[in-house]
Amino acid sequence: MLKRIARHGMALVATVLLGGLLSAVLVRLAPGFDVDEQQLDPRLSSASILALRAARDGERNVFRFYWHSLYRAAHGDLGNSISLGQPVSRLIRERAPLTLRLVGLGLLLSWAAAIALALSAAWIRASAYDAMATVISGTFLCIPAAVLALLSVLWKVPGAMAIGLIVFPRVYRYARNLLGKAYSLPHIVTARAKGLSELRILFWHVAPMAGPQILAVAGVSVSIAIGAAIPVEALCGFAGVGQLAWQAALARDLPLLMNLTILVTLVTLLANSAADIAGHTLRGQEA
Amino acid sequence: MRVWRNVACAVLILVAGVSLSANWIAPAGYARQYREAADAGPSRQHWLGTDEIGRDRFARVLYGTRISLLLAPAAALLSTLMAALVGGLSGYLGGAWARAAMAVTDLFLSLPWLFLLITVRALMPLNASPAVSVLVTFMILGLLGWTSAARVLCATAGSLRDSDFVRQARASGIRGMRLFWIHVVPNLKPVLYAQFWISIPAFILSEANLGILGLGVAEPMPSWGSLLKELEGLVSVGEEPWKFVPLVLLVVVVTSFEIVLSKQEEVAA
Repeated sequence: MLKRIARHGMALVATVLLGGLLSAVLVRLAPGFDVDEQQLDPRLSSASILALRAARDGERNVFRFYWHSLYRAAHGDLGNSISLGQPVSRLIRERAPLTLRLVGLGLLLSWAAAIALALSAAWIRASAYDAMATVISGTFLCIPAAVLALLSVLWKVPGAMAIGLIVFPRVYRYARNLLGKAYSLPHIVTARAKGLSELRILFWHVAPMAGPQILAVAGVSVSIAIGAAIPVEALCGFAGVGQLAWQAALARDLPLLMNLTILVTLVTLLANSAADIAGHTLRGQEA
Repeated sequence: MRVWRNVACAVLILVAGVSLSANWIAPAGYARQYREAADAGPSRQHWLGTDEIGRDRFARVLYGTRISLLLAPAAALLSTLMAALVGGLSGYLGGAWARAAMAVTDLFLSLPWLFLLITVRALMPLNASPAVSVLVTFMILGLLGWTSAARVLCATAGSLRDSDFVRQARASGIRGMRLFWIHVVPNLKPVLYAQFWISIPAFILSEANLGILGLGVAEPMPSWGSLLKELEGLVSVGEEPWKFVPLVLLVVVVTSFEIVLSKQEEVAA
């Protein structure tokens, strides 16, 4: 178990460092990176412009640029946002709680709806009900996340529910397939034929088997929910990290985007690792 | 299911056919502004009304559909080729190559898709010309959308590398890229086809998301994303229902793709 956690930790650190380097390279290569708006000031002499360029010389080398960013980050300094003129660490600290609340509630709603629908479809076993559930989830799957966010504004639906509706069809599809397969296994069919209650079958036979596999999608659903937070926060006017990422993209605030990329990578990897370790533990207990 | 698949196929052919005939159906084009009829409701001249600067909404839907329907497959082709190159080749080579390729794939997959898209889109110039913005948007989709396909292809190519017929070919003296092109790639074709087709609806939806967030195709060029951005100005759903036509069309087309591709998804998995 400890070995598994250590392996996940090492993979996490390596991926975050690699992700940081990749985003630093992209930021460094982006058109207009070393152009300072000040350089366009017609009052500046050529010597002043040269001095401004020389001040950014240290950022030309991508590895030095990345190393400096990492060094500053290790000391709690994530730099300043170009567009908002505030320290990135303060912006993230102020906005993260709202995003966490929205994403957490959205995940809770989507998982509750998806598992309830998938379980009821497996219990009722009527093709019409199954088709109806598939059509409902399929419809949400075919609507762009940003449109669902816009519709949630029009229908005055809470933002968390919009995130829930975006995540729900992905979880439902997976859960439905797994539960469908589990309920068609011979020993479960026999248990049903012998008259065992549905709850007993669910908790004694189906959950231990399908649970770890369903848990595997939990990590992925966190990533989907964070992605969904961008249109929901941007279009519903929630001042969270998703809206910050959107504003940074529109303003080409590359240092802020680089920090957000590292943060989001870290959160999604942590969620995936936690889901994987939890699934492994459950499988181990079952064995 | 077969009946539904045929219906979905017919819908896709009809929508593609009508959008490709946009030049004949709406010869005035998508950018012409009827200033005397700005923000008008549906009429005989303008079936879906006009937008706030007097452009015919029906013409814009036709041209926008054409752009989305033509460029999403182009982006899907690019991403499939990238997946074949990265996933197929690394799986065939195996060892450190496969591990390195999968590490890069994991890195891309660890970021939420929409977050990755807006980040990379922001690195490109945002005030580009409409034609360049179309190219940039769909190029980004193609260049970033290869990761999950690469993972499947790497696993498939890895299993092919150890198969009997490849071993026999190797024993007969065929080696290197020749072995890859002649014996491995043809066997990857079903997975490649499946990945290509299932990428199309995903890219259509992604472009729509980028467009609504103002990071997609630039005005005055229409696309489903930029057409759906109009919904932002609505106060209630029942107010101007004709503004929902692009959304209905998008949902119908993506649903049709999903129905047609339900078999392909099994191959891709």
